[in-house]
Amino acid sequence: MMTREKFEEAVLPPVVALLVAMLVGDALILLFGQSPGAVYRMLLEGTWGNAYGLGQVLYKATTLTFTGLAVAIGLRAGLFNIGAESQLAAGGFMAAVVGLAIPAGVPALLLLPVYFLAAALAGGAVGALPGWLKARFGAHEVITTIMLNFVVLALLNYLISSRFKVPDTLHTRELASGRLPRLDAFLPAFHGSAANVVLLLALAAAVLVGWFLFRTRAGFELRATGLQPAAAEYGGVKVGRVWWHAMAISGALAGIGGLNYVLGYKGYYEEGFATGAGFLGIAVALVGRSHPVGIVLAALLFATLSQGGLAVNALVPKQMVDVLQAVVIIAVATSVPEVRRLLRGFRRSNDA
Amino acid sequence: MRKLLILVGALFVVHVALLFVRPSGAAQPPAAGDALDIGIVFDVGGRGDKSFNDGAYNGAERAAKELGARVRFVEPGDGSDREAGLRLLAAEGVDLVIGVGFIFTDDLTQLAREYPNTRFAGVDYSVGSDKDGKVILPPANLAALKFREEEGSYLVGSLAALVSKSKKVGFVGGMNFPLIQKFEAGYIAGVQHVCPKCTVVSQYAGVTPEAFRNPGKGKELALSQYQQGVDVIFHASGSTGLGVFEAARQTGHLAIGVDADQYAEAPGYILTSMVKGVDAAVFDAIKRTKENTFKGGIYQFGLAEQGVGYVYDEHNKALIPAAVRAQLEQIRAEIIAGRIKVPSSR
Repeated sequence: MMTREKFEEAVLPPVVALLVAMLVGDALILLFGQSPGAVYRMLLEGTWGNAYGLGQVLYKATTLTFTGLAVAIGLRAGLFNIGAESQLAAGGFMAAVVGLAIPAGVPALLLLPVYFLAAALAGGAVGALPGWLKARFGAHEVITTIMLNFVVLALLNYLISSRFKVPDTLHTRELASGRLPRLDAFLPAFHGSAANVVLLLALAAAVLVGWFLFRTRAGFELRATGLQPAAAEYGGVKVGRVWWHAMAISGALAGIGGLNYVLGYKGYYEEGFATGAGFLGIAVALVGRSHPVGIVLAALLFATLSQGGLAVNALVPKQMVDVLQAVVIIAVATSVPEVRRLLRGFRRSNDA
Repeated sequence: MRKLLILVGALFVVHVALLFVRPSGAAQPPAAGDALDIGIVFDVGGRGDKSFNDGAYNGAERAAKELGARVRFVEPGDGSDREAGLRLLAAEGVDLVIGVGFIFTDDLTQLAREYPNTRFAGVDYSVGSDKDGKVILPPANLAALKFREEEGSYLVGSLAALVSKSKKVGFVGGMNFPLIQKFEAGYIAGVQHVCPKCTVVSQYAGVTPEAFRNPGKGKELALSQYQQGVDVIFHASGSTGLGVFEAARQTGHLAIGVDADQYAEAPGYILTSMVKGVDAAVFDAIKRTKENTFKGGIYQFGLAEQGVGYVYDEHNKALIPAAVRAQLEQIRAEIIAGRIKVPSSR
């Protein structure tokens, strides 16, 4: 059970961060000569106020939950995975490429595991490589994941533009079968919004990650490695193996997030389909304190800000919402122990 | 812990107090009514490119002044926001929804079918064709605003060749795809029309929309072309072209701007600009909406419609001799009369 102190320690920093961000928002809105009350009301009405807006929030939150969980697995193992951006793209791309080879008429339920595996393997491979490089050669994962982002995104870019795209567009052909239903198939009110049943996969992933981290031996080893690698090693944990396993799982989670767009929304892979969702995953993991429940809530928060930015565009520039996001991230980052620990690690490795 | 709780309380109180501040002149959220309501969605990172997207913005601002239109601009944050932005506007019941850029093609087509009573317009909308090469018309409530960029490019190509001393001219494209290849094809044909022996060095900055936002790459390409003896470069590459201008200024060569009059970006080094009347096309679509004469279909803006052209004014007069100017006007007339056929692909 969580004690009261622990709960407060986990919940208060994000709450303070959110309040600070909202105050900065107030100030910015006043600078634009608008009323904060009106803008915030518009933001809420455009997101949680109607089924379509809510659907868009859920759609964005789905991708962010996957990338948030991906980054969190890394953080729990003491690794900073900056590569969710390219792992997500690789997962979506591989699912689409596999899907292009499948003829029409195959039931979606039968195909889901195939797509799932394709996305997880591609994302996992992109994640595992930096993990292995760290375990084998001690290459810092921050550097390697950032570099790999460029390599992988450029490669996908090349493959799409030279081989897979439909002329005059930046996307592949539509998949013949295996597309997943959108929420409006069950609840007509969601009509038009991109929210789809991958949402359920995201929730299942959050539950599974929680179970893995806190209820399994491997999860315990992972957390022990994250807290104190030397002690974990002494306690019999093969730290190198934990590192690359953690990065592989992390990449796989991000990769599966690509299904949200490819299977659930458009039915094809498009260049830059979720630009920024991988990097925003870092913020989601930090604000969510690397805990599955926190991550789902943080994903909803950032998705609300992102969709709300469109809704308030008539009154204030979209950049205002970007500033709000940045303030939340900075405020949380300065108060979260994970970040402090990572910074300490950096300083230590610089001294050595 | 207690201190932190007090802090939370204090912040909350200040925030709630600020919620009730209502500055004088604060706008009311726009509501659909009798007025002419227009919504424009830009591409991700499009606003402020000083050419294409800003052209649409200027056209809408003019409509706001002259026609009393209420215009809402939406700037998407990521790819899925493009459809969301269009849908937001359509659902609010604005009279005309405009998507700026070829990338809106699929989303516009889909939404025009879903909202048959709303008018839509797509700048550079790419019209598809079926297997037999027959053109697939857009839905009846969707206007595809297309430009004959090749015609304007043909003219500036002729100009470049006539002005060039080294008989070597250059082209820097943004994203390598059919729309920009139209610029290139017209340009090369224009060069060869007046100077069959001239050579054209032609390069692209990339294969994704990023290639339109990469001034560093633009400068690199332009410098290497000037190095090879090229003395005039025409760019069709969005803000990547700002790097081309920088290279022109640095090496003392000439460059040709695109979409809008870009003289001010490097005064003295901009020979001319191939202007594309995005502003006029957007204004026109809004005007037809107001007059209730809006119709879907494909609209082509070429030299004859003054949808494309080149800049000749007091700034660049000194760079273009009178004889050259006369020859260009002659070519313009021949293109409009159909005596010169301008290719639109390589």
